[in-house]
Amino acid sequence: MTDAPHLIEVRNLVKRFPIRGGLFSRSVKAVHAVSDVSFHIARGETLSLVGESGCGKSTVGKCLAQLIPLTEGRITLEGKNIAGLGRAEMQPVRKRMNVVFQDPFSSLNPRMTVEELIAEPLRSHRMARTRTERRTRVGDLLEKVGLPRETMVRMPHQFSGGQRQRICIARALASEPDIIICDEAVSALDVSVQAQIINLLMDLQKDLGLALLFISHDLAVVEHMSDRIAVMYLGRIMEIADRDAIFRHPRHPYTKALLSAVPLPDPSAKRDRVVLTGDVPSPIDPPSGCFFRTRCPMATDRCASDVPALRDMGGGQMSACHFAEEV
Amino acid sequence: MALLEVRDLQIHFRTATAVNRAVDGLSFDIEAGEALAVVGESGCGKSVTSMSILGLLPTPPGKVAGQINFRGRNLLEASERQMRKLRGAEISMIFQEPMTSLNPVFTIGQQIGESVRLHENASRAQAHDRAIEMLRLVGIPSPERRVDEYPHQLSGGMRQRAMIAIALACNPALLVADEPTTALDVTIQAQILDLMQDLRSKVGSAVMLITHDLGVVAEFAERVLVMYAGRKVEEAKVGDLFRTPRHPYTQGLLNAVPKLGSSLTTAEPVRLAEIPGRVPDLSKPLSGCAFADRCPRAQEVCRRIDPALEAKAPGHFAACHFSPREVSAA
Repeated sequence: MTDAPHLIEVRNLVKRFPIRGGLFSRSVKAVHAVSDVSFHIARGETLSLVGESGCGKSTVGKCLAQLIPLTEGRITLEGKNIAGLGRAEMQPVRKRMNVVFQDPFSSLNPRMTVEELIAEPLRSHRMARTRTERRTRVGDLLEKVGLPRETMVRMPHQFSGGQRQRICIARALASEPDIIICDEAVSALDVSVQAQIINLLMDLQKDLGLALLFISHDLAVVEHMSDRIAVMYLGRIMEIADRDAIFRHPRHPYTKALLSAVPLPDPSAKRDRVVLTGDVPSPIDPPSGCFFRTRCPMATDRCASDVPALRDMGGGQMSACHFAEEV
Repeated sequence: MALLEVRDLQIHFRTATAVNRAVDGLSFDIEAGEALAVVGESGCGKSVTSMSILGLLPTPPGKVAGQINFRGRNLLEASERQMRKLRGAEISMIFQEPMTSLNPVFTIGQQIGESVRLHENASRAQAHDRAIEMLRLVGIPSPERRVDEYPHQLSGGMRQRAMIAIALACNPALLVADEPTTALDVTIQAQILDLMQDLRSKVGSAVMLITHDLGVVAEFAERVLVMYAGRKVEEAKVGDLFRTPRHPYTQGLLNAVPKLGSSLTTAEPVRLAEIPGRVPDLSKPLSGCAFADRCPRAQEVCRRIDPALEAKAPGHFAACHFSPREVSAA
């Protein structure tokens, strides 16, 4: 491809957490949290990472934001490598990439006012020189996320969960980033408030041309928000495709099972449910071949010996299944 | 006579400065063998209601008034000794977090056997056999081995199965399940819901399912009760509720959840319907309808007079001043 590089490009990302034990705390085993994950995010687009707990979706987000070091692989921001950069070199990268976490209660320092919380990134990125300038910016940001300017003098405990998540979003927007990583950002909220925050994120994205990496386990929310979706299982991408392709004709048995397991708020809906038996295997000792084979209704001997690579099924739909055509 | 009749239940918590009216005049019935879902958002009083049925609320600071009649006997007047006879034998409970609800220092088998030994005077060996039988019933593989394992050796889904095994060991008439699948992944949630449905038909227990997930309600329940700010705002058969929700709050809830498959039909991104504002502060007295401040159809009368629950259609009750035609016509 000769086009301009994608905003974010992740290549062969691997993250292992060593487990230490035995004599001299040698690392004896490792948790294979993320194995060989590649994807890209274009400007202004929403890519969602979905999967069940322990599938590595949050770890991918943390590696991308350089909150934890990766084990192997390459991450580029507009073609420039950002993996393994030092603190000083990361500073300009951090300006362009921010994170909103699941729990708005623990992500805001309870001893800081809203003004201090939102002004902190402005100060550290030297984006507003004077105090009055910063105060104006903080007020603008609060209004952008639907909170009155006057609330900047208050402390986090004076806000409800939904309002706190708005503050977290305002803070993430402060440095005018190109991409925001939302790690289960709406999962802890009640449905009525969740709808408010989803609408806010989508409005901001349209107005500011933001890209979003939306990490979630809620498939209905993901369908609503995303342009493209990557389905993860035990640290690997099982399928990655445009939203419509994933939801209309999934090409991986795991995607299919996941979709059929979502309870629908419609008692008259009758579906063929693929109920998966058993539990997710341990990431310390993952199965040979395809990681999903222990629960897959289609598994054969071949799945135990060969690791299925992501294959293009047409229209950019990539599936990691030997029998993707038959799904 | 219904299996459980709750009449004008009031649950108040005294704080340093005010009285929090967590549940304010709630009445409902559960018939034998029925699956009733109670839905609502955080703080609507659904969990404290379930705790009060088992007499598990600490009083003080809580204060419970009204009637909870189980087989015609008011549980609020029962002594702790009588309640202990009932819990686990006739009424059981499943909690959301299986890790914190199981005792980490006892084996799964001991915890299942405990209620059998207490309520049925079974011997240690009989209790152990029943535990294996229950583990098999809830679909745990190799129950003979698992029965002697500790909770930390089981995965989240298996622990929830073990919780269900404990709750059902004495074939209770009523099972209260407070968000039993909320902490689980969707594929495991599907397994547990199937299991509960299957066991309900085998054991014949009535189930009171507390949840915030409308999808779970639609899949599991026969009848639904919608709570808001400590009050019942709507009650109906599950099909009627999802087909024609009569209360503006229920309508708002149903429109606020993104539905699988619904965004695919349109090219332009659709906005979710929001319910503006937030739930009222229950430590201040409410005048009029609790939902009035967030309701798109609120009129002056809504802020003055609290609407009574009335039948809007056969078996379909809602607490709204405006008749169903008016509610759905707007």
